[in-house]
Amino acid sequence: MKAFLMHKGRSFDAGRPLPWNEKHLTQDLELTTLFSAMARGDGFLLDVARKAVLASVHNSPEDILYRQGVLKDCLRNPEAVRSIYGIVVEAIECEKKIYWGFFSWYPSAILDRSVEVLQMYAKELKRLRDIADRCSGQFASEGFVALFEMLKRELSDEYLAAIEEHLKALRFRDGVLASAELGRGNKGTNYVLRRPYAIKQGWLERVFGRKAPVYSYTIAERDEAGARALSELRDRCINQAANALARSCDHIHGFFSMLRMELAFYIGCLNLYERLALLGEPACFPVPAGVEERRHSFKGLYDVCLALARDERVVGNDLSADGRALIVITGANQGGKSTFLRSIGLAQLMMQSGMFVAAEHFSANVCDGIFTHYRREEDATMSHGKLEEELGRMSDIVDHITPNPLLLFNESFAATNEREGSEIAGQIMAALMEARVKAFFVTHMYGFARSLYEKNAGDMIFLRAERKNDGERTYRLIEGEPLQTSYGKDLYVKMTLDDVSKKNK
Amino acid sequence: MAFRSILSENGGFTGSPDPPEFFVDLGLDRIIDAVTSGKQEYGLKPYFHAPLTDTGSVAYRQEIFRDLDGQELIGCVEEFARGMRAMRDSLALAGKLSYLYQKESLFLEAIIIYCEAVHGLARALSVASIKSRGFSAFRDFLSAYASSGRFTALYEEAKNIRDELSAIKYSIVIKDSTIKVRHYGSEPDYGAELEQAFEKFSQGSVKDYLVKLPEHVEMSHVEAKILEFVALLYPETFKRLNDYYVKNRDFLDETISAFDREVQFYVAYLGHIKKFKDKGLNFCYPQISNPGKDVFVRDGFDLALADKLMGGPAIVCNDFYLEGRERVIVVTGPNQGGKTTFARSFGQLHYLASLGCPVPGREARLFICDRLFTHFEKREDIKGSGGKLQDDLARVFDIIGRATPDSIIILNEIFTSTTLDDAIFLSRKVMERIEGLDLLCVWVTFIDELSVFSEKTVSMVSVVDALDPAKRTFKVVRKPADGLAYAISIAEKYRLTYKFLKERLGHESIPHA
Repeated sequence: MKAFLMHKGRSFDAGRPLPWNEKHLTQDLELTTLFSAMARGDGFLLDVARKAVLASVHNSPEDILYRQGVLKDCLRNPEAVRSIYGIVVEAIECEKKIYWGFFSWYPSAILDRSVEVLQMYAKELKRLRDIADRCSGQFASEGFVALFEMLKRELSDEYLAAIEEHLKALRFRDGVLASAELGRGNKGTNYVLRRPYAIKQGWLERVFGRKAPVYSYTIAERDEAGARALSELRDRCINQAANALARSCDHIHGFFSMLRMELAFYIGCLNLYERLALLGEPACFPVPAGVEERRHSFKGLYDVCLALARDERVVGNDLSADGRALIVITGANQGGKSTFLRSIGLAQLMMQSGMFVAAEHFSANVCDGIFTHYRREEDATMSHGKLEEELGRMSDIVDHITPNPLLLFNESFAATNEREGSEIAGQIMAALMEARVKAFFVTHMYGFARSLYEKNAGDMIFLRAERKNDGERTYRLIEGEPLQTSYGKDLYVKMTLDDVSKKNK
Repeated sequence: MAFRSILSENGGFTGSPDPPEFFVDLGLDRIIDAVTSGKQEYGLKPYFHAPLTDTGSVAYRQEIFRDLDGQELIGCVEEFARGMRAMRDSLALAGKLSYLYQKESLFLEAIIIYCEAVHGLARALSVASIKSRGFSAFRDFLSAYASSGRFTALYEEAKNIRDELSAIKYSIVIKDSTIKVRHYGSEPDYGAELEQAFEKFSQGSVKDYLVKLPEHVEMSHVEAKILEFVALLYPETFKRLNDYYVKNRDFLDETISAFDREVQFYVAYLGHIKKFKDKGLNFCYPQISNPGKDVFVRDGFDLALADKLMGGPAIVCNDFYLEGRERVIVVTGPNQGGKTTFARSFGQLHYLASLGCPVPGREARLFICDRLFTHFEKREDIKGSGGKLQDDLARVFDIIGRATPDSIIILNEIFTSTTLDDAIFLSRKVMERIEGLDLLCVWVTFIDELSVFSEKTVSMVSVVDALDPAKRTFKVVRKPADGLAYAISIAEKYRLTYKFLKERLGHESIPHA
């Protein structure tokens, strides 16, 4: 019994290794903010969101559209989806609370607990079936239609009744019946619990004839050793059945866990969607293109993490970069370059994981690897020089690079003087572009940007942080050739003014 | 030839409870401890304490060793031994149990194990490539025994009863404090039904909750009561079991029982030397030089030391030979150079050869002596009455008094507690006596003169590394004693020769103010 909500025909694999650079991605794209918004404080949701988003580089456009279908169902039926998830979580939580007791190494204790757990599961399974009966008509996606069909088929009335029968039999009202054989030293062995035939009386005689002998022995009231021996023997009789029942409970637990795993990502998406709706921020289902294509066009793309962190609407950007390999961003400090770069990375990951994207419209080719190379503020290891550390990370990326990656460079190779930095960056980028990568490069190294601009054969776009004539920043990026200065002067002036205004207060 | 014993052609070999005097000196105590470890139940040490003195008995054992050595046969013998051990365990357990039906069951088990072990070995021997007189005779004996009417009946009846018992299946019902026992009614396996009912939820493998319940064979009185009821359900089977038990109490054949113990002499020794063979060390079946005394070994080594060095540095192998009128090996050279090891190894080789065993070495010819004597320097005994020199002398004269031309003497650093002149004088006297006896001797000494005593003496020297004289090689080779050369090379190493000292003092001498 499987629910394939995350992939067509296959389960979500939470054990799949995350990309080697997941730490860099998480840090550079501030993914923790995204995951937290999806999780709303729930550790399990956080974990699944993290794995689903970070492992999304493996998804094809078909995978993405499959998830989009399921997610659209969720957005249409949030209550039904949340109540299914609620039942699943309740079943798992209740199981945890059912006490193992001090004697959990005795088969009888294992059996008793399993009966109790099974009773609880039976109730929750029935609730699941009821939701399937009630709501299945409102769902259209392949994933959900199959899930509801499975629930109705596997949890039929007859099946639920059979579970009740087992629960009754396991109380052993008529005693424990077991078969046994003679083992070493003529000691009883191979005890197997047997289900008595439902014939009330006289069945034994029917099988063996009228004179089938039955010998009986009753432990004397004060015979404590005898009582202990009898209970040990009973344990031997039920050992295998207790094992079978405990394993069955684990199987059902596995089923609930599987459902929880398949649903958790969508619950996270619901959480995020509701949050963005409160902010009045747009969200759209992106159009993924094949991995071999070079597409990157969007309207109103904003940094979802910035919006979440500030708890307000933020500025979005537009871009038409289909067919381009390199997008170079230059311009004013604090002009929104880093935010823009982050929104590119976030949108790519969200699209590839099947989520909606923080934009009015978004379309891009999928990538088989997403790499960030950000200038680090500090070198934690202290063993390398800054440039060495940067080049080391670059070398790691080259070690892991895939045929169709997306690379995001933020002020890379600027840890040395501009001429050297430009030369290094120029050589690296020239080689990477010949390898058909797609890259966004934020830089204030004028020499580097300029030389690219002069070599542009139509496969690059140059963006600049917009600056109005009065020096005011719009945090919007416009197309334009690289300029010599990054307007540090503006910043200096603004900070001085802030200082003056504070003092004046 | 009728089979008597696997240890000696004529039987009656019981060994000796106490080890010979020289056991510790030659490191044989450690070797035999290691050989017999894990085989204590067989009491093998007496066999290893009793060297053979006639070459025919040595040959009898060597043949048996060769049949077993590296052949499939040893595996079959070990299999047989495991069976016999299991049989003894079952019988011991039967003795401890209190309920008769249990005793009888374990007795039955013991006999079946015994019969299977006998059959297995008889089958293996019938196809094995056997060259030794000992195994041929035993094969004939065993084949006759295994096909005897008494043995066949013993085995067949046991199997029948066992099969009947294991076919018994019964049902019990436990309710409150009452237990009912009756025939099994083919009711379905409820655990399997449960497993099947919930299998569809499976998402993969889950934990196993089967409790490991204690599996001792003893029964509680409740179980005993149940067994009584089962016996009532199947009265004929239990009667047959009881009759069998009463009838076959002395089923064990004495010859087989003795073989089981005695053959372990060979199995234990071969098992011990296997780990050295695996390391690339050689063992061989020595030729016997008797009545001649031309002996030699190639790549011989100290088996006790090899065990100690296991997993550490490789052991150094040494050669020696004595030919013509040569009788006495005089070993000189630097201390810690392997002299004692060499002497011990010489003794071990001859002792192990006299047990009939393969010996450490690539190739060897050894002498089967009537007695072996050793005198290894011991720490001075404070309680000793007459001082060390006197003890030494008394011991040496005692040895010479008891030795015959067919004895072997190993002397290690005697007379170290007197002046050099005294030592030389006494040693020459002893050497005269030894040469007079014409016996084989190894003598480790610091007295170079002994090495050229006569045509009967041979000089061997523990050598040093030419590049680093202080480094031990543990190699002992046949060459003239050269203690002085060694002393000079050590001195050079420490730059204490005349030349060195002149030079050093020339540079370093600063006149005292």
